[in-house]
Amino acid sequence: MAPVSAKDVLTKPIFASNPIGLQILGICSALAVTSNLNTAMVMSLAVIVVTAFSNFFVSLIRNHIPGSIRIICQMTIIASLVIVVDQFLKAYAYDVSKQLSVFVGLIITNCIVMGRAEAFAMKNPPVISFIDGIGNGLGYGVVLMFVGTIRELLGSGSLFGIEILPLVNNGGWYQANGLLLLPPSAFFIIGMFIWIVRSWKKDQVEAPEYVLAPNSKQEAV
Amino acid sequence: MAANDSIKKTITVTVLLCVVCSVVVSAAAVLLKPQQVSNKELDRKSNILSAAGISEPGKSVDELFAQITTKIVDLETGKFTDAVNVATYDAIKAAKDPARSIKLDRQDDIASIKRQARYMPVYLVQDGDQIERIILPVHGYGLWSTLYGFLALEGDLNTVVGLGFYSHAETPGLGGEVDNPAWKALWPGKQVYAEGSMEPLLHLIKGNVNPSSADAAHQIDGLSGATLTSNGVSNLVKFWLGENGYAPFLANLRAGGV
Repeated sequence: MAPVSAKDVLTKPIFASNPIGLQILGICSALAVTSNLNTAMVMSLAVIVVTAFSNFFVSLIRNHIPGSIRIICQMTIIASLVIVVDQFLKAYAYDVSKQLSVFVGLIITNCIVMGRAEAFAMKNPPVISFIDGIGNGLGYGVVLMFVGTIRELLGSGSLFGIEILPLVNNGGWYQANGLLLLPPSAFFIIGMFIWIVRSWKKDQVEAPEYVLAPNSKQEAV
Repeated sequence: MAANDSIKKTITVTVLLCVVCSVVVSAAAVLLKPQQVSNKELDRKSNILSAAGISEPGKSVDELFAQITTKIVDLETGKFTDAVNVATYDAIKAAKDPARSIKLDRQDDIASIKRQARYMPVYLVQDGDQIERIILPVHGYGLWSTLYGFLALEGDLNTVVGLGFYSHAETPGLGGEVDNPAWKALWPGKQVYAEGSMEPLLHLIKGNVNPSSADAAHQIDGLSGATLTSNGVSNLVKFWLGENGYAPFLANLRAGGV
């Protein structure tokens, strides 16, 4: 493996190899917690912390983890960190932790965290792994904030709970788009995000898996 | 790496990792517990207050809570009781203890809670001897989780003042919309019982309530995309305001005999 620089592992996952945009990991929670920016922000921070520290600790003991049980070892570390983060949120950000409910716990199963532990931290020293964790967490966070901004602004007419577009319900002029408050809307927005990133960074465009055969029949007209 | 795969090394690493992780997790849980408990308590009080529609800018939750009297009701007799200490009684814990709870028959258990505490706390807002508002703790199963909340009634013991849940794990954005202020605003003014009956009629319907319908006073808009949570809310209201819930107590209270 080519030597990696700290700057690369920090900034590359944000657009060049975004965990959601390119690797299509961690979609589930990206749908669930992005209906407003507050939860999206806290979730991003939680994932950054968990990915960074799980990478760090996995990397720290990478030379002692037996190959046969390495996934379980990674899971144990990740699960412990997630519980600690969840406990902290319950103690110091009670309202947000109530809104995030099960999704903090589900960071354990977030593919980004385990993907990085397995793909990067098992092969690299702790400090660079830690930075890689932050980078990938940021990549996840960027998508969450992007989706959260669109969903909250157009779905509830506000950002971080502060009213930007006065809603018809409250005597304003903006008719909120209810679809954006529902999880499926995040699919469209993530799709849009991937489209934008791939039109900018053309090398991410995948080669088509098959090409349509030319029409074998004559045109009907 | 081969040495790592020996049985001895595998077991050592597993044990050490588990010990370290459990110490870290337990430490976090124990050290943060007091903070979490006080958050929960504050949250519970502010939920009682918000279900009852009591809010005053510039006053803390504890100050506002001072006007509320907590009493314990024996659900079977429907009367106040001094059998347990008001300050320390925890109905949710009691419901899990066979000695202090009643097992519900399947056909009675419409809220799917399995066991029900014998005694329940109720919260009263009084003006002299007159009850202005009464706040009843309710709970029942939704889709993923038990919803715990409060239902507040006017002094006529029939008109809803408000409903609020303080603990649940329903799907955010769908069932989680039970916390949506716009939906909660549909509850005030609804009627639980019909004239002269103690059979609870209040329930959620699919779609929106037609205000001109004869039953509109007993109906609430369902949560879209959350049929099972909506059913759960209907069931828990039906259960707790029915004969196994607070109905005997409310009947006594109306008749003036508690």
